[in-house]
Amino acid sequence: MAENISILERLGFRKASGVGEAGWGHTLFAAVVAFIYFLPVLFIIFMAIKPQTLALSVPPTISPTTLFGLIPDEYVFSPTFENFGSVFSRVMTPGGAPENTGFDLYFFNSILIASVSVLLALVIGTLAAFGFSRYPLKGNDTYLFIILTTRMLPAIVVIIPVILMFRVVHLSGSYLGIILLYTAFNLAFTIWMMKSFFDELSLDVEDAARIDGSSGFRVFFKICLPQVIAGLAATFVFGLILTWNEFLFALLLSGPDTRTVPVAMNQAVSSGGRGTDWTLLAAIETLFLIPVFLVTFFLQNHLLRGVTFGTVKR
Amino acid sequence: MTAVTAPAPTLFNVAPENWKLAILVGLVVAVAAVSTLPAAVSFWIVGAMVAMVALSFVVNAFRRKYYGGLLVAPAIAVLFVMNIFPLLWSLGLSFFAYQSNQQSIRFVGLYNYQKVLTNELAAEANWHALTNTAMFVVFTVAAQMITGFLLAMLFAKQFPLRKYLLIMVLTPMMLSVVAAGVFFSYYYDPTFGILSHVIGGITGEQFILMDNKVGAVAGIVFADAWMWSPFVMLLVLAGLVSVPKYLYEAAAIDRVSMWRRFWTITFPYIRGLLMLALLFRTIEAFKLADLVYILTRGGNDTLTISYHLIRIANEQNKTSEGAAISYLMLFMVIVLTNLYLYLANRRNQGA
Repeated sequence: MAENISILERLGFRKASGVGEAGWGHTLFAAVVAFIYFLPVLFIIFMAIKPQTLALSVPPTISPTTLFGLIPDEYVFSPTFENFGSVFSRVMTPGGAPENTGFDLYFFNSILIASVSVLLALVIGTLAAFGFSRYPLKGNDTYLFIILTTRMLPAIVVIIPVILMFRVVHLSGSYLGIILLYTAFNLAFTIWMMKSFFDELSLDVEDAARIDGSSGFRVFFKICLPQVIAGLAATFVFGLILTWNEFLFALLLSGPDTRTVPVAMNQAVSSGGRGTDWTLLAAIETLFLIPVFLVTFFLQNHLLRGVTFGTVKR
Repeated sequence: MTAVTAPAPTLFNVAPENWKLAILVGLVVAVAAVSTLPAAVSFWIVGAMVAMVALSFVVNAFRRKYYGGLLVAPAIAVLFVMNIFPLLWSLGLSFFAYQSNQQSIRFVGLYNYQKVLTNELAAEANWHALTNTAMFVVFTVAAQMITGFLLAMLFAKQFPLRKYLLIMVLTPMMLSVVAAGVFFSYYYDPTFGILSHVIGGITGEQFILMDNKVGAVAGIVFADAWMWSPFVMLLVLAGLVSVPKYLYEAAAIDRVSMWRRFWTITFPYIRGLLMLALLFRTIEAFKLADLVYILTRGGNDTLTISYHLIRIANEQNKTSEGAAISYLMLFMVIVLTNLYLYLANRRNQGA
């Protein structure tokens, strides 16, 4: 009995009590809304498990099961997992043997480039945000605004000089170049967000620690940083989502060995003039969604707490 | 803030923290290298000089206990090399006649700006793309703010399964634009699409969404709003969650009406976050290009300024003209952003 309760509670089933808690009616309504909102994603996932011949059927097949007879047979397809296999290896020339498509490398590239650049931006940006927050320079707000400005121009304007620059220093097509570019791309957002977190912290504890002779270094690591962990998580998730799906920079700056999944996805679906290969695209996107989905899911609680803490002035 | 503990070094005092001397030496060496050596070599010499100047700044900051400068330095360095330097470069290019597929380059002053603003053909296309962009900004941002706000109200309460339903709503944000756009073109497809199948089943005629301007705009706005409403929702939700519960309890005891409860208790807590969401979404909406490219290729009069810019700068190789347009655009975004920030600050101080 006791075990039962704990499992239910972990799923969020609590007795509705007090202000701000709602019951089953609310849950049902929210579930319907969330389901409708999720439908386009669900269709992508279903497309990923459709047999290729049914990709463009009329009428469109929308479900892998008849759902106990609720859905007429002509809308039902029988699920298959072949498409996920053909993401990594498939027959490229008619009549030939299955070839490696290189997507294992592209997935590795995406994970490496996104995680390293977001973490790097988080380290550098957090230090800078602490600097901007605690040791304001002359014209602090102007610097912050200039940093925000770097995100306002369309990417194409920044990218042309960067292409020329990378060509001169032989950075085009290397991991280092694209990681540095993404780090800069994430910095503006990281600094703005982390600064607002540091601004919210109470200065009392810090001042006390300083008076007791703690160095600025110690104050930062022992007092400030533990208080903004939720903020770090929130910033990490936002940065990851943006970097993970970035397309234009990756298209123009990554070489054959450093290509990321969005670029490869774009090429895979439109190569050969056969039109879009729907099931393949859906399979790639479904696989590509999983890592960022899991990260967001596990940091979800931090995400809410973090955003709250950082941006509400009170 | 921090007291200056060492006297500022004079110009010709050779010391590692003397950044003025470092700049002077760096400039002389850099100019000499650029004018005599080939580009690939001189680039690294200039880089070394920049590193030397940066090092002298760091030593100077360290000696004088100028921690703010020290902490900010790495971020500024990365931003300078990867963002600000390219931005200045393209600002410079906008004063030259330059095409990225040609070698020649020549100074033309404000000609590019004059051309994009007054030339019969170019200016008309630009204005048209700009009004389209303004329309997209208004519609997409409004749709995102309203949807995001309503979703946040729905999820503000604690209820069973909330965590799992919330992640379902957040998922669209995690899709890559390429895939989302391509799949929306599939949903809208007149023959194979689900949307036309449903509507066609009701009306009995084939339903084609994207064949006129209203439909095309609606299609793009819907896809964009669907993808980015969760972002607004997350920010608003964060504000709603932060409202202390005792305020609502007090209001319930006093029997305050729901409308009044919202404006006096809830709204002040989410105002700042709404502004932040508005700010980021407006900046992004100005840059709307990829969805337009995938869904309509700019057809049916849906060309936005960002997509127009990609055509000019990348497909037609008119680099400097593109740079001129983008700086005019940057100017507009800055004005708009400052207006937002000004309004947000004024409200904050007034409250």
